[in-house]
Amino acid sequence: MTPEEVSEFEAKIRAYVGRENGPRQRGKDDVNLAMIRHWAEVIGDENPAYTDPDYAARSRRKGIVAPATMLQIWSMEGYPMCQSPKVDVQRELHNVFESYGYTGTLGTNTRTEFYRELRPGDQVSYHTIIDNIVGPKKTGRGMGYFIETVTTFTDQNDEPVGRQVFRVLKFVPPPQDAAQAGGGQQAAAVEAATRIASPRGHDNAWWWEAVDRGRVLIQRCKSCGTLRHPPRPMCGECQSIEWDSIESTLDGEVFSFTEISYPRFPGYPYPLVVGVIQLAEGTRLVAGITGCDPSAVHIGMKVKGKVEQVDEKTWLPQFYPV
Amino acid sequence: MERNISDRAAIVGIGSTEFSKDSGRSELSLAAEAVKAALDDAGLEPSDVDGMVTFTIDQNEEVDVARAVGCNDLTFYSRVPYGGGAATGCVLQAAMAVATGIADTVVVYRALNGRSGHRYSKGVSGDLITGSAIHYGWYMPFGLLTPASWVATFTQRYMHITGCTVDAFFEVAHSARMYAVNNPAAFFYQRPFDRAEYDAGKKICSPLKIYDCCQESDGGSAVIVTTPERARDLKQPGVLIRGVAQCSAKDQEEMTSFYRPEIGCLPEMDIAAKKAYAQCGLSAADIDAAVIYDAFSPIVLWQLESWGFCKPGEAKDFVADGALRIDGRLPTNTHGGQLSEAYIHGVNGIVEAVRQVRGTSVNQPRKTINHALVTSGVGVPTGGAILGRMG
Repeated sequence: MTPEEVSEFEAKIRAYVGRENGPRQRGKDDVNLAMIRHWAEVIGDENPAYTDPDYAARSRRKGIVAPATMLQIWSMEGYPMCQSPKVDVQRELHNVFESYGYTGTLGTNTRTEFYRELRPGDQVSYHTIIDNIVGPKKTGRGMGYFIETVTTFTDQNDEPVGRQVFRVLKFVPPPQDAAQAGGGQQAAAVEAATRIASPRGHDNAWWWEAVDRGRVLIQRCKSCGTLRHPPRPMCGECQSIEWDSIESTLDGEVFSFTEISYPRFPGYPYPLVVGVIQLAEGTRLVAGITGCDPSAVHIGMKVKGKVEQVDEKTWLPQFYPV
Repeated sequence: MERNISDRAAIVGIGSTEFSKDSGRSELSLAAEAVKAALDDAGLEPSDVDGMVTFTIDQNEEVDVARAVGCNDLTFYSRVPYGGGAATGCVLQAAMAVATGIADTVVVYRALNGRSGHRYSKGVSGDLITGSAIHYGWYMPFGLLTPASWVATFTQRYMHITGCTVDAFFEVAHSARMYAVNNPAAFFYQRPFDRAEYDAGKKICSPLKIYDCCQESDGGSAVIVTTPERARDLKQPGVLIRGVAQCSAKDQEEMTSFYRPEIGCLPEMDIAAKKAYAQCGLSAADIDAAVIYDAFSPIVLWQLESWGFCKPGEAKDFVADGALRIDGRLPTNTHGGQLSEAYIHGVNGIVEAVRQVRGTSVNQPRKTINHALVTSGVGVPTGGAILGRMG
């Protein structure tokens, strides 16, 4: 968007803040036993206070109550909403967002306060205002705005029975999401994340290919016999470019380490302990330390390594306490 | 004193943009504004600039900054590699250019959208087969992906060999925070913290927690370097570059020098320090205040040892006595540091070190600051500069 379009868009959306979604309305159904029972069954809430009149009468509630968290149910429009949603003020606001490319919608969270329990026969009315628009924010879904609506619920005596804050994120979906939303074939190809692999080039591919076959090698200068890791094309001691390798026994000890907690990358298990391992052969190797509580890992700990498959695509040396 | 850079160049202008978490504008805009602010501070015109230096990782091309600001012909341009390790290296480049007559007025700049744009905490990944990607390939598959994870690995070792505890990290973080509380430009302006809040901080990579880690910031900073002769005619008191050195020590890797005999130390900074002191004949005893690169709190400790303020392994005792505080032996990171002001890759630190010598820090120590030290990022090839008052 140009700066002019941005300010035009901002002006349009901000004009909705404080507006009523409509007049206070009575719910389609008053609080009733059938809907309570259906809800309790679907949720799997077996509290007899919701469904068993005898039990409820004996309880401190002195009769059946509706589950508190059904509050929003009494204001819902029902199935017709899926086919032809009512064009209310909130819908209009969403349309403004969508016409500027904010086509993604994500209900992010609600916060509900309950003032009293509802009983069969109670008549619930509701009234929603668009309370706030926060943004633009860069989110994991894309650039977006949070729309906060506040709904107050009242009973047949106009007494408040509850209040709900509902936050919806309207965002600009990244291109691949849009393709998936359109039902493209990409949607089917969901892959589990794997560890980030090393790129393989002239100087290191042989080492990683050996790991793929279960072996950890150490590069050795053919001229002076010096071992070196990570591999490099020339011996720093004698400048020879001739080299071969030996296989490590993976006996070693922890030279240093860290337990990684944050940030977390897809494909890695956390907490994750990574160490600098002093190998018996004399070189060092960075690798995972596993098989014990992270808090037990310490400098000087004797370890033994083996090459293991850690995810669908990745083989790595990992070290265990001896 | 043949072949010496000492006192051959001076910093005459400093400037920064606002620091934020979302600048809402381009990095070029930040660079241009920081450069213009530094020129204004010096009383110079854009057309006076004939050289530019920045970091290799800066996204703003010299020619673009020059056109944006309205500079004239450039006869010197140069970049310094290795992330934050470049900060004082840029001053070194500028000083060399000025001392040799390659250029007269060189601007050093760094501008980044380090929070709203590319975040360094997001780590590395291996999409390209470059030397750098091959290098990080030794660490990425295991999960050592972030600066915090690399520095944590050194820190664990440093604690092991010195007996240093998180008490010392807290002192570094806390002294910086208390300076930031007075600095309106700082992220943590008017937001002090205590040990309980520090201890409760989110775990990042052991032993580092969130308040051991610097900000991620949007912003730009710049300084202007010219000859001492010219400096005398300008608006601000010139600040001499008394010594400036950089070093990549043997067996250096970028952030992962895990293969040296010992890794809980900074041989490259030891060497740079020695060289910078030798250039001007000064020693640690002559340094009155400092800006020590603090991407993470423990790295300040190692650098105090490198620059000789205490013996190796004794930084924990040095800071425990309050040395970094305003009335301490070495008031340090008086702007709040990168832990608490902003992370502009150490160039905001060069700006602050100039202020310390000018006497204009928001937390100006009460004593006279004849010499201030400013250092660059560590774990990478690094260095530092000793700044001093013009006689």
